Amino acid sequence: MNRILKYVALDIFKNRIVIAYMVMLALFSWSAFSLEDNATKGTLTVLNILLLAVPLMSVLFAAIYVYNSSEFIELLVSQPIGRSKIWIALFTGLSLALVLAYIVGAGIPLLVFADTGTAIMMIVSGSLLTIIFVAVAFLCSILTRDKARGIGISIMVWLYFALLFDGLVLFLFFQFADYPIEKIVVGLSALSPVDMCRILVLLRLDVSAMLGMTGAIFKDNFGSSWGLLLSFGMMMVWIIIPFVISLRKFMKKDL
Amino acid sequence: MIEIKNISKRFGRFTALDRLNISMAPGECIALIGPNGCGKTTLIKSILGMVLPQEGSIRFDGKEISRDISYRRQIGYMPQIGRYPENMTIGQVIEMIKNIRSDQTELDLDLYRKFEIEKMLHKKMRTLSGGTTQKVSATLAFMFHSKVLILDEPTAGLDPVASEILKEKINEAKREGRLVLITSHLLSELEGIVSEVIFMQEGKVILHKSVEDLRRHTGQETIAKSIVHLLKAEAV
Repeated sequence: MNRILKYVALDIFKNRIVIAYMVMLALFSWSAFSLEDNATKGTLTVLNILLLAVPLMSVLFAAIYVYNSSEFIELLVSQPIGRSKIWIALFTGLSLALVLAYIVGAGIPLLVFADTGTAIMMIVSGSLLTIIFVAVAFLCSILTRDKARGIGISIMVWLYFALLFDGLVLFLFFQFADYPIEKIVVGLSALSPVDMCRILVLLRLDVSAMLGMTGAIFKDNFGSSWGLLLSFGMMMVWIIIPFVISLRKFMKKDL
Repeated sequence: MIEIKNISKRFGRFTALDRLNISMAPGECIALIGPNGCGKTTLIKSILGMVLPQEGSIRFDGKEISRDISYRRQIGYMPQIGRYPENMTIGQVIEMIKNIRSDQTELDLDLYRKFEIEKMLHKKMRTLSGGTTQKVSATLAFMFHSKVLILDEPTAGLDPVASEILKEKINEAKREGRLVLITSHLLSELEGIVSEVIFMQEGKVILHKSVEDLRRHTGQETIAKSIVHLLKAEAV
């Protein structure tokens, strides 16, 4: 696997779109912190941008890259190397390059301006979010041969997690406000990696006013280190399940 | 060397390969021809393990290929359309494939020199013309002294000089007793290179003959004319 990984990661990191993404993240983050006098406010602004931009970039770029690499994947498959190694190397390469772009772009200003604990929490959860959406993109791109449809599915998935999901939970919450459904809502928020990431950072920041509905309930239940562990565990599940499904499909795919 | 028995491949309702039987031996240079969509590419991809047939078996040196991927060490493959990651340089692509096949130490750098790849090692794949990309693909296919060469439309997009160099290399491989499988639409390109012809239609092998037999049988001089002659005879 390492025999391909190095070259793939290098290729992606030199990609103009990845470089542009890194520069954009840096510009946003530096300016957000410079404009706000309060570091917590700055962190919140950055958080909101990241929760939209990171999943979108990861899922779209990864899906497009996989589709554009179809001939390259064919060439690799014709070599004496197992299919799983090729797929894992592509996944690792994409994840590495995008995580690196995220850390350089947003991580450095966070470390400079925000307090260290929060900065590290945001770097770790943002990196996990990147990898989750790369895994989701791999799943989307193996589901259909058609590039336009695959990218369409990726965008729908992003739209659902980044915008629709919190609204749905809120809707449920108000509809069933008379019933004790807090526990269920907590369970529901584990179904969206974006929400989980938001909750993790906001719990650190301790600004309950800014919590979304899902986050407000989460705080009561998962404000502890136990909750933290569970959330990270859940995010790992979000990486493993889509990727393993895509890997299984790739093993049997006709190229 | 390669034994294909009763393989079938269907994509939905479309049957790309229909209970196909072919046997190929070392030293043969086989032209795989047929109309568009007749299953040539699917056949090649099945041999390379890219397409997994629903039925039948493909054996390489007596071993079933779906069990063990190591047979691909013996195959040099040149794709019809080579598309490589944009920002990789020619040097990196070559180095990567060398790494994958790390155990094969002695390299065949003949095409590497003749196509003057060395001067372009630092060039990024995205900046290359179609012909140059084909040169890189050809160089990679021949680099590892593979016992089997599978070339998909090898001369398409190459300039006449490069095309001649490649043909000479194919002839050399044939003389060395390697098995060469070529697909091409341009029958004239194959003249003087191939020793056997496989003609496919609708996923079936219509004809598998040596070029000499073909000429004797039809009384025509060239492969192209012989094939046309046979097809006409069949239509009547």
